[in-house]
Amino acid sequence: MDNKPYIDEIRDLKRRMLKSLYLSKEGHLPSSFSVLDLLYVIYRDAISIGQDTSVKNQLILSKGHASLALYAVLARFGYIGFQELDGFGGRESRLGGHPDRNKVPGVVASTGSLGHGLPIAVGMSIAKNLDDDNGSIYVIVGDGEINEGTTWESLLLIEEHRLVNLCLIVDLNHSGDRAIKLGDVKSKFQGFDFEIVEIDGHNEKEISEAINMEIRLKPKVVIANTVKGYGLSAIENDPAWHHRVPNDSEYAELLQALL
Amino acid sequence: MRKTFAKISYEIQREDESVFVLLGDIGVHSFQNSFRDFESRTLNIGILEQTMIGLASGLAMSGKVPILHTIAPFLVERCYEQIKVDFGYQKLHGNLVSVGASFDYSALGSTHHCPADVAILSKIPGMEIVLPGTKVEFEKLFLENYNSSNCTYFRLSEYENSQSFDLKIGQGKKVREGTSASILVIGPILDLVLESVTELDVEILYFNSVAPLDEDLIRNSCSSGKILIVEPYYSGVLSVQVLRILKGVSLRLVNLGVSCEFPENYGSRDEIYESLGLSRLRIREELLELIHE
Repeated sequence: MDNKPYIDEIRDLKRRMLKSLYLSKEGHLPSSFSVLDLLYVIYRDAISIGQDTSVKNQLILSKGHASLALYAVLARFGYIGFQELDGFGGRESRLGGHPDRNKVPGVVASTGSLGHGLPIAVGMSIAKNLDDDNGSIYVIVGDGEINEGTTWESLLLIEEHRLVNLCLIVDLNHSGDRAIKLGDVKSKFQGFDFEIVEIDGHNEKEISEAINMEIRLKPKVVIANTVKGYGLSAIENDPAWHHRVPNDSEYAELLQALL
Repeated sequence: MRKTFAKISYEIQREDESVFVLLGDIGVHSFQNSFRDFESRTLNIGILEQTMIGLASGLAMSGKVPILHTIAPFLVERCYEQIKVDFGYQKLHGNLVSVGASFDYSALGSTHHCPADVAILSKIPGMEIVLPGTKVEFEKLFLENYNSSNCTYFRLSEYENSQSFDLKIGQGKKVREGTSASILVIGPILDLVLESVTELDVEILYFNSVAPLDEDLIRNSCSSGKILIVEPYYSGVLSVQVLRILKGVSLRLVNLGVSCEFPENYGSRDEIYESLGLSRLRIREELLELIHE
């Protein structure tokens, strides 16, 4: 791999997330690992651009149960302190199992119940157009989440009102397959007049190119192929780990695998 | 009341560029002036109420003042979790304006009835719940509160009281003095109550906002300790509040509202009310029993 610094950084964040899970006995680690690359690259490339206050891009993590990944990225880009991650889910912590916009700096929407982030983003997109704000709004949804009817209601509106400042990213880790197999997800979106990009959701370059692609002629959908629990083969695609906390020996083994 | 709503919304949109009107494909014709003059801030969003709520919260986050409108069951019951999370939990401002509850669309059946709205919305922390008794009351309450920092539910009715009261949100009014008992009545059924108790020596307290509630008025009245609560929706919302407000006071409290069942009949609003236990006769009977026991 030629992007070792990136990989090292992601691995460092994963170790911190694993430690938070272990200490707090709370969290959805595999879902967080599947979306971490997406969050990291979008924050780095589009959201947190130093002191440049003219940039008004915003991101909503609609699959709020992956909050561990969001907090790790917020800490990495200076919105919160890294030490806060260790208190995750605790009585005195502002970092809950799902992100709360009224508690955590950098959190745009309080998510957790699925199917809420995209409608909120539609409203923000319309507001940006009214205000001649040229920023973009990014929304990350899970593939299971798009079972929700509000997804398809929102897509109708995104098309009808040509919300070209909105970028929908599907974290396609196939966690929804156990209920409804979506099959060719791309084809589900092709009935809409959208720009659709399919990428490897763990490939820094592909994420960056998809995010930075400034077409602005059509609303954008990024289908990001990801793996639940990516980077830890012991938990990858294992439903048992969806909301599980490692014991002492498992923690030691998982941590070792991330060194 | 709905025509007044369209007129006032237009005036507010004209004065305040942050105001954004969303219609759930209901009442569209009434808002033709807003569509014409404020095209970018007036949308017939379509028949997708849940998304309409989320979208409106996104507008609110972005500094806009959303006004949402459709028929009560579609606005409240269908979207309850969206209202709870997107407005309540996120602490966002907005105006949910319904029409039709509880039984204005009496002949259309239970899909279009909404006697549960006040009860369920009262379980969302921070919600303001307003039931104007007349269009004049609505106009004042809406103008004074459309840009408050809370989410406010305005429950419009096609029925009105014959008299309007100049009340702020959270303010009630003693409309009649009396000593033998107190009646607490909500919104556009005041006439029903007044007609039921013409010659009786009872105090009548009128409220057009349930949340916030005029606690001082209740605390400083009700000296007989005998209270009849008359609500135009599923009964029981106010009694919990009254018990809390009058804690320690010896009370005889009777709830009279709509019983929790689907009506078997069609007919007028009052015919539905009657079949579910809310009528002039019932009000009078309950009151006489309360006074004489």
